[in-house]
Amino acid sequence: MSLDIQKIRNDFPILNQQVYNKPLIYFDNGATTQKPQVVIDEELKIYSHENSNIHRGVHYLSEQLTQRYEDARKTVRKFINAKHDHEVIFTSGTTESINTIAFSFGEKYISEGDEIIISTLEHHANIVPWQMLCERKGAILKVIPINDKGELLLDEYQKLISPKTKIVAVNQVSNALGTVNNVKKLIDIAHQQNIPVLIDGAQSIQHGNIDMQELDCDFFVFSGHKIYGPNGIGVIYGKEKWLNEMPPFMTGGEMIKKVTFEKTTFNELPFKFEAGTPNYVGAIGLVAAINYIQDIGLENIAVYEKELLDYATKKLESIDGLRIIGTSEEKVSVISFVLDNIHHYDAGMVIDKMGIAVRTGHHCAEPLMDRFNIEGTIRASFSFYNTKEEIDKLHEALLTVKQMFS
Amino acid sequence: MTLNEQQDEIIEEFSVFDDWMDKYNYLIELSKDLSVIDPKYKTQEYLIEGCQSKVWLFAEMEGDVVKYSADSDAIITKGIAALLVRVLSGQKPADILNNELYFIDKIGLQQNLSPTRSNGLLAMVKQMKLYAMAYNAKIGN
Repeated sequence: MSLDIQKIRNDFPILNQQVYNKPLIYFDNGATTQKPQVVIDEELKIYSHENSNIHRGVHYLSEQLTQRYEDARKTVRKFINAKHDHEVIFTSGTTESINTIAFSFGEKYISEGDEIIISTLEHHANIVPWQMLCERKGAILKVIPINDKGELLLDEYQKLISPKTKIVAVNQVSNALGTVNNVKKLIDIAHQQNIPVLIDGAQSIQHGNIDMQELDCDFFVFSGHKIYGPNGIGVIYGKEKWLNEMPPFMTGGEMIKKVTFEKTTFNELPFKFEAGTPNYVGAIGLVAAINYIQDIGLENIAVYEKELLDYATKKLESIDGLRIIGTSEEKVSVISFVLDNIHHYDAGMVIDKMGIAVRTGHHCAEPLMDRFNIEGTIRASFSFYNTKEEIDKLHEALLTVKQMFS
Repeated sequence: MTLNEQQDEIIEEFSVFDDWMDKYNYLIELSKDLSVIDPKYKTQEYLIEGCQSKVWLFAEMEGDVVKYSADSDAIITKGIAALLVRVLSGQKPADILNNELYFIDKIGLQQNLSPTRSNGLLAMVKQMKLYAMAYNAKIGN
């Protein structure tokens, strides 16, 4: 089925505007995605008519909204095909999700001399929490190297695994390059040694169907705002076995069973990991986003985004002096590139004034930039509401950039 | 020329541009005129590191005025750095400290000096003022 892009675009009010008197072309979907009207309406409706703190009140509004929040958990559970509702924990986003796991898992299972494996492709959010954990516990961070195409080297990964390896944490899709990692394989290899694996799904969840039971990962994390949902809502999927054993990260209200000044006992899953008032508006807004993209169809989205990627790759490659960074066989609709002798910041400034939003810089992945020996790239990331005509405009803008700075 | 006369002159120069590309082309031109920092000062010590681009800044007293020189790895940043050097270089430390830099706003480049736009320019202005403050203290004002 082919998508009616014009109709889809009309669902996103933000797209229908001009910046600097030019039609807005939004190619910064890797940073955050725009919100369809149904998501905006849902949040507005809650604040207008339904707001009340959940899990606490015996009154009507609280009961109603508690139910909707728990239904949101069910929707997410189904969306990622987790086994149990209580394996879905709501957080503020991927960063909080990873910090939570790094802390809680670390408290329980990491001691001096233990090893944690991440990869060269990671976002700072999947580097620094592990680094901090290593510092606290005297553990060692090991990094899976990549080849020049931006693909993980599986042989090297296998060599890194040792009896001391306690967890592997890698992204499914690289935010900076768009590489799709074969996480199924990474998980299988780790599981042969009974090592748990965390998958950072921040950049993969919006591009296709992801099934927890099929992947069999131990943890999976993502953010609502990158999947057309609200800001400030995120998810931890964790296998029941781990989540039950791990101590809570944040403490406070809601997550307790009994508190005395002598001792506190903790609530059961999932509440143990949801201290304080959760972002119930965000969780319910996320449901609206999930329903929206499921209506369009994740497979349809993947097919169309691949078409955009192929078109843009060809178009950009035709520009003399343009080098794409990240040329993996498997990629999502993200193109990171550099222009010979032109600083990415200069290019970004000019492209911006043509109404085109791209990201420039190191994309919170400095070690990865170091690997390619560059300071940063220009990144265009496409979504299903983008068009080939918009890609043509980017192509034109880049030709202007080249002319201006040469 | 006083510091504010310099600022007014720049505002005048930019007033003819009604298109962003013209403005940027002019900044590219200006970047070529910047009294570029002596290579021996283009070191870590004089580097102001932004997230997006880097700026190097050097200052010295010449008589009773401060002389600045700068460089950047990005050309537009360098063009704006050239404007800052043009306004502040050759001025007395007290004037650098006591006058507000209003030209950036007037020529529409304020987003380049916002704290969220980490291109090194905001830190460059701060650093320029810090040098002026240090020299001011030295000459006993």
